Amino acid sequence: MKPIFNRGPTLESRLLIVVVLSLGLLISDGLYGVFKPVRSLLITIVSPVQYIASLPAVMLDASSDRIISQEQLIAENDKLVQQLVALQADNQRYQSLLAENEQLRKLLGAPLQNDLPKTVAELMAVDNNPYSLQVLINQGSLNGVFNAQPVIDDQGVVGQIVDVAQTTARVLLVSDLSHAIPVRILRNNLRLIANGSGELNLLNIKHVSHSADIAEGDILVTSGLGNVFPEGYPVAVVSQIKRDEGRPFALVKAIPLARLDRLRYLLLLGKEEIPLTPLIPTESAINTGELYE
Amino acid sequence: MNKRYVIYFSIFIALVLEVLPMPLNVVMYRPDWLLLVLVYWNVALPQRVNLGLAFTCGIILDILLGNSLGVSSLALVVVIYVSSLHYQRLRNYSIWQQMGVLALLTALFNLVIFWLQHWLTNVYFQFNYFWPIVTTVFLWPWLFWLLRKIRRQMELK
Repeated sequence: MKPIFNRGPTLESRLLIVVVLSLGLLISDGLYGVFKPVRSLLITIVSPVQYIASLPAVMLDASSDRIISQEQLIAENDKLVQQLVALQADNQRYQSLLAENEQLRKLLGAPLQNDLPKTVAELMAVDNNPYSLQVLINQGSLNGVFNAQPVIDDQGVVGQIVDVAQTTARVLLVSDLSHAIPVRILRNNLRLIANGSGELNLLNIKHVSHSADIAEGDILVTSGLGNVFPEGYPVAVVSQIKRDEGRPFALVKAIPLARLDRLRYLLLLGKEEIPLTPLIPTESAINTGELYE
Repeated sequence: MNKRYVIYFSIFIALVLEVLPMPLNVVMYRPDWLLLVLVYWNVALPQRVNLGLAFTCGIILDILLGNSLGVSSLALVVVIYVSSLHYQRLRNYSIWQQMGVLALLTALFNLVIFWLQHWLTNVYFQFNYFWPIVTTVFLWPWLFWLLRKIRRQMELK
């Protein structure tokens, strides 16, 4: 039966309760990140919705895999074989260069760089959120994904992990407004910081002095400072430089090398037990002489 | 009275549609499905769907979208408050008038979200943020028709 008179608290008092609750959540989570530790639990609870939402894409992929023609497969196979031969030729040189580099580093007494373990992940969803650029991947804490783990694709750095659930994780892209990554110019080792712009294919390089040696087309690679991203992975290419003397710094823009708008397979670098080696040897390591073996 | 699962099921579908992967060039036109469904049920059955449910749905949407908690819930609560103040008037409006009101409500929803995000992360104003208003309004007549049919068939009260 439909009640004639409303029971319970009035509309205004209910509004007051939920608005106070929302504001409390906003301030505690948005400004102080109180709910960061339970985020993974919350995401795990709502992950059924994500799985159902990704079903159509998965089924579409599966059916398109089935009806692919033989000619297409042969053509693709040819292309892959050619790529493989080219990469193997490069790899031969890489091996000898690696050995040479290790010898030189030993001579200099610089720490050796060891190979990082890699995990392959597949893209599950791109967020429908114009305010933050994040994607969801199909690997979670059960697969050893951890917070702040660096993520790359076959072209360059994609971003880092921000929320880990049991079977999914959220990647913050390098071009998100709240993201910054320490980089250096490949050509002359000038250290810079690349900030996200909020636009998918644009990074802003801040605090570049007018006299800095930087040119359009320069490739920016990770500098390894900050100990989140390992050193030497390509990030972006400088696309635009405006040296307006009226401003304190030059206006520099860069385009990320990773194809952020068509991500499919991603690589997660590192393991939680093996911290990324700091670029600068620690004092204790120098004192004990373990770097000079 | 146990037919209430229909309401929850429709909200669940709306949540799925909110996170459904879409090509990048159309993703900015995605309508606010959750808002549409909640406003419909609020106008049709105000004693069933009210501020409490809107708040809960907003929290779930925040978790799904990776917002800080409370952003969508506050915006949804404000919109549902306005619609539950005027539900009797809204029922008697023609579909065109309803679309006009919906445009105002969706604009309010998106503006509240923009203000909160601006306060939290300093996002800049872009017109792209407000495309959902247009698509949501044009979706309202179809969704209204569909949900009313479901409500009458299930005799939800």
